[in-house]
Amino acid sequence: MSDTVITVLNVVTRFGKNVVHDGISLNVRRGEIYGLLGGSGSGKSTLMKEIIMLLRPQSGEIRVLGQNLLTISRSDAAILRHQWGVLFQAGALYSSLTVRENVGIKLKEYTDLPLKLIRDIVRLKINMVGLPEHAADLYPAELSGGMVKRASLARALAMDPKLLFLDEPTSGLDPVGAEAFDNLILKLREILGLTVVMVTHDLDSIWTVVDRFAVLGEKKVIAEGTLNEVRQNPHPVIKKFFRGKRGLIRSRNGG
Amino acid sequence: MQLTQSQKAQIRWLKSADGVILLKSSGDWTIDALRDAAGMLEHFSMASRNVSIQWDVSDVGRVDSAGMMLFIHYYDLLKSDNCSIEVIGAKDEHEKMYRLLREYAPGHPVVEPSFSSRFLRIFNGIGKISVAFVLDMGAFLSFIGENFVIFLSSLLNPLSIRFGAIVKNIEDAGVRAMPIVALTSFLIGIVIAYQGAVQLEKFGANIFIVDMIGISVTRELAPLITAIVVAGRTGSSYTAQLGVMKITEEIDAMRTMGFDPHRFLVLPRIMALMIALPLMIFFADIVGILGGMFISHVHLHLSYAEFLHRLQTVLEMKHVWIGIGKGPFFAWLIAAVGCFRGFQVSKSTESIGRYTTISVVNAIFLVIACDALFSVILTELGI
Repeated sequence: MSDTVITVLNVVTRFGKNVVHDGISLNVRRGEIYGLLGGSGSGKSTLMKEIIMLLRPQSGEIRVLGQNLLTISRSDAAILRHQWGVLFQAGALYSSLTVRENVGIKLKEYTDLPLKLIRDIVRLKINMVGLPEHAADLYPAELSGGMVKRASLARALAMDPKLLFLDEPTSGLDPVGAEAFDNLILKLREILGLTVVMVTHDLDSIWTVVDRFAVLGEKKVIAEGTLNEVRQNPHPVIKKFFRGKRGLIRSRNGG
Repeated sequence: MQLTQSQKAQIRWLKSADGVILLKSSGDWTIDALRDAAGMLEHFSMASRNVSIQWDVSDVGRVDSAGMMLFIHYYDLLKSDNCSIEVIGAKDEHEKMYRLLREYAPGHPVVEPSFSSRFLRIFNGIGKISVAFVLDMGAFLSFIGENFVIFLSSLLNPLSIRFGAIVKNIEDAGVRAMPIVALTSFLIGIVIAYQGAVQLEKFGANIFIVDMIGISVTRELAPLITAIVVAGRTGSSYTAQLGVMKITEEIDAMRTMGFDPHRFLVLPRIMALMIALPLMIFFADIVGILGGMFISHVHLHLSYAEFLHRLQTVLEMKHVWIGIGKGPFFAWLIAAVGCFRGFQVSKSTESIGRYTTISVVNAIFLVIACDALFSVILTELGI
């Protein structure tokens, strides 16, 4: 049993003539919160989509929980899909279902547990992400932005995944809400023993929750490691990222 | 961290000599392995009241939040049934998880609604629907009121009317709809002619087919069929267009710039349809009669010249005018309902579909109701 949960090796992705990734490699270890950083269009969301089998890279290798995604069989892929939860950027809650139904849908479809237990698990998850109890019967259109994120997180956690993928979890939240969300992620990792991969460009998240991260740019991984390791990297993109005004303020105040 | 197969969660109980029940659980208490244990615990908890229980969890393997939830649920349930429970053999990791999850566990179990509250729920539902209906009517009235005020103010200042938008909407709603209107009214003409021809042939009254087709098509069928086609085609598109603009906040943007959405979006659509629909009805009259004429020729061997000659003498102009005169009324209903429902779309994409459906259903109903009203009034007036 290795401690590496996700291995990305020499991945190349092209859309037509547009090369997005040109030989990307990185590793995510068990139990850590791993950040994927990069400017807009650097292909971090694309990479995440490849890891969760929504897209196929042109070449290279991606292993998740020991399974090679490019040669995986249909049945193994189905099992693997139960091992992770995904939080999409806009929540992607099913708009025709209430929050309770959204959170419970995988439990209902994929397990044979009694309804009473499912109802309790759903309430547990809704409590865990800090949604008020009355929100359970609301439809996604009736929720605020922060509540949508929380509801979507509860849905991602419904099946007790080993892996949690977050696509810009704090975008669209105010600083207070974003910090609360970051703390929530930390707490959930503790409770559920999650490994978290998050795409983000929120500098505050990088300082507070992310253990290790990779910076994508120029179609490659420019740097990978902990915050202190990456900050030493002399690459101009890294410099821009961390020595820009926003980065400087943050590092002065407690990096 | 490979994909591991879970051992089925199991639970057994045995009564020891001193009346204490020993509850022994084993296996993995994970989401994919819980079913049997859940059923047995339910069974066990039904039968157990006022007893002492020793719950031995030392053989339990992995536990996830579903398994812990199951434990907590029945632990609380048995406690509330006056059982004393002692949990023995819990591993550290399980205890830690228990402590972390305990604070989020839902407290009192969800209470099933009793019979009387289920019965009352019906009236609750009727009440809610009634209130929603009244509010809906109120909103519609205020919508058409606002629209009328804007209409009056633009009459005082005719240059503010968006003629360009009206022309464009006439093209979209009228000109582009001509093929489908032609096809449906031609087929209606054929159907009427066929049904009539069989009956009239029995009496040797072939020539009366002309009266029948002429009057029924111009007075009733062409206006109704055209209005229904337009309600399905244009009414729905009005709702969808305005609904999308509402979702993307375009309508709010217009308001902040001082562009009144009624003046810029609603009025041009209503006016365009009120102009286009009568013209389309006239077009449908012609095509419908042509369809009937064609079948009369084929089936009853009535020559085209004979048909037209008879048509001139029997088809009074009032029938044609009545049919066309209904056009603006139908058009107003369709366009007003379509726009009104478009403005009701809230921020979810799903509501576009819902309101588009409602809009078409409302519009078709109102058109038919309005047509019935016309029939009653005109008959009473002897026209």
